[in-house]
Amino acid sequence: MKYNFLKLIKEAFNNNDGWEKTWKNPTLKKHYDIIIIGGGGHGLATAYYLASEFKQKNIAVLEKGDIGLGNVGRNTTIIRSNYMLNENEAFYEFSLKLWEGLEQQINYNAMVSQRGVLNLFHSDSQRDSFIRRGNSMLINGADAELYDVDKIKSIYPFLDYNNARFPIKGGLFQKRGGTVRHDAVAWGYAHAADKLGVDIIQNCEVNGFKVTSGNCVGVETNKGFIKAKKVGCAVAGSTSLLMSKVNMTLPMESHVLQAFVSESLKPIIPGVITFGAGHFYISQSDKGGLVFGGDIDGYNSYAQRGGMDCIEDVCESGLALMPIIGKARLLRTWGGIMDMSMDGSPIIDNTHINGLFINAGWCYGGFKAIPASGWCFAHLLAKGYSHSLSENFRLDRFKNGYMIDEKGQGAQPNLH
Amino acid sequence: MIINHPLLGPRDISEFVYLGDSSLLNRPDWDNKKSEENFYKYLYLRKNIAGIHKELWFHQQGDRSWLVVTRNTLTHEIIKVELATDVSKNLE
Repeated sequence: MKYNFLKLIKEAFNNNDGWEKTWKNPTLKKHYDIIIIGGGGHGLATAYYLASEFKQKNIAVLEKGDIGLGNVGRNTTIIRSNYMLNENEAFYEFSLKLWEGLEQQINYNAMVSQRGVLNLFHSDSQRDSFIRRGNSMLINGADAELYDVDKIKSIYPFLDYNNARFPIKGGLFQKRGGTVRHDAVAWGYAHAADKLGVDIIQNCEVNGFKVTSGNCVGVETNKGFIKAKKVGCAVAGSTSLLMSKVNMTLPMESHVLQAFVSESLKPIIPGVITFGAGHFYISQSDKGGLVFGGDIDGYNSYAQRGGMDCIEDVCESGLALMPIIGKARLLRTWGGIMDMSMDGSPIIDNTHINGLFINAGWCYGGFKAIPASGWCFAHLLAKGYSHSLSENFRLDRFKNGYMIDEKGQGAQPNLH
Repeated sequence: MIINHPLLGPRDISEFVYLGDSSLLNRPDWDNKKSEENFYKYLYLRKNIAGIHKELWFHQQGDRSWLVVTRNTLTHEIIKVELATDVSKNLE
């Protein structure tokens, strides 16, 4: 089924009876060429690009629950490419370019909205570091502009510019950044992958791998053994648990990150704003809710819910930046489990077992990376060697000293 | 979460800073042929347990003591709190 305007008109007069399922509910086969574990954004994107760009056939995505109920539906939906290190910036810029053409490519309205991402700075030294980052973005082909206070006042007159402790001195603006409807990303990739013959198997949990003489030959699931030539793992916060089945200990910790939505309000925040003095980022959804978030709670967790102290901290940061939201009521909060790596950068690599590949360590930057991550992981799975944009995201970089530490924090996952 | 400090009683976790797995108390011996490998494991690799996890917390906004907290990472339930000095004495 192709979604288009004519179909929409037709169905309007047809009691909307003619819509087919967005993706089928296929029966599980006994053998696949490629199995992707994890039906989140990264897994579904990988399956889609394997089928579309790399012309692979006989692919399955195994998801332990229903697709799109993990981190892809538990984030603040921001897309951007405003990193400083070359290894990251080129990759995320590629991702942003894929976002720009995504909806036409997958024939699904993912509500990609390039409404602009503004990173505020609050001191002279922070301005210097943001200018440096902006230059790094420009060198890598992204867009970046430096906004002064007057310019920001014309867009966001309600910020607390003269805050005694953290006055706003300006901002680094990326016009092409913005937001995407996160559920529609999972549904859209599932829809497009399904159309290309990918089997999306829900409620199928992988409990282990079958390895014979150093080769991964299949996976053990709650629906029985499934044979596979290649297996790719894209399971975010559960990566350590899954890989422990083959005795791998990974350079990562699982942490909970909370996100927040207020009640629906009239349009007030046209773009995405990040606070440079605390950790706070906010945008307004098309339904009117303020969507915002802050830091991870900071301790190992698999609970998908966080603590009140973190909620308080995020709300305090929000009020310090924009006192105008003080009377807005918090509607919902939720938590997702982040695979926090030791240097804050991801891993897209093969493992010591032939035919077993890993895509993990996205920390809390996984959402914006979905298209490029899917593309590069598909490249690795199809061709057996890394895409040039992800060749630095290696698992052995910690051993060899080639960390990609954007913030320079060292091996401390809760600081990235 | 509330951490029941062995000396000070129940304290809110906002007073604490989290470091990570309590295996960090076991610093490898530098004077060893395998020390490079051992320090790589010590510094970067984590078991990342789903379940009962022993971990280091620092009471930064309090008496600045290091604690070993035994906590369930699936439920956030705190099972046991000890002073890190007591735990490391038992290691030796």
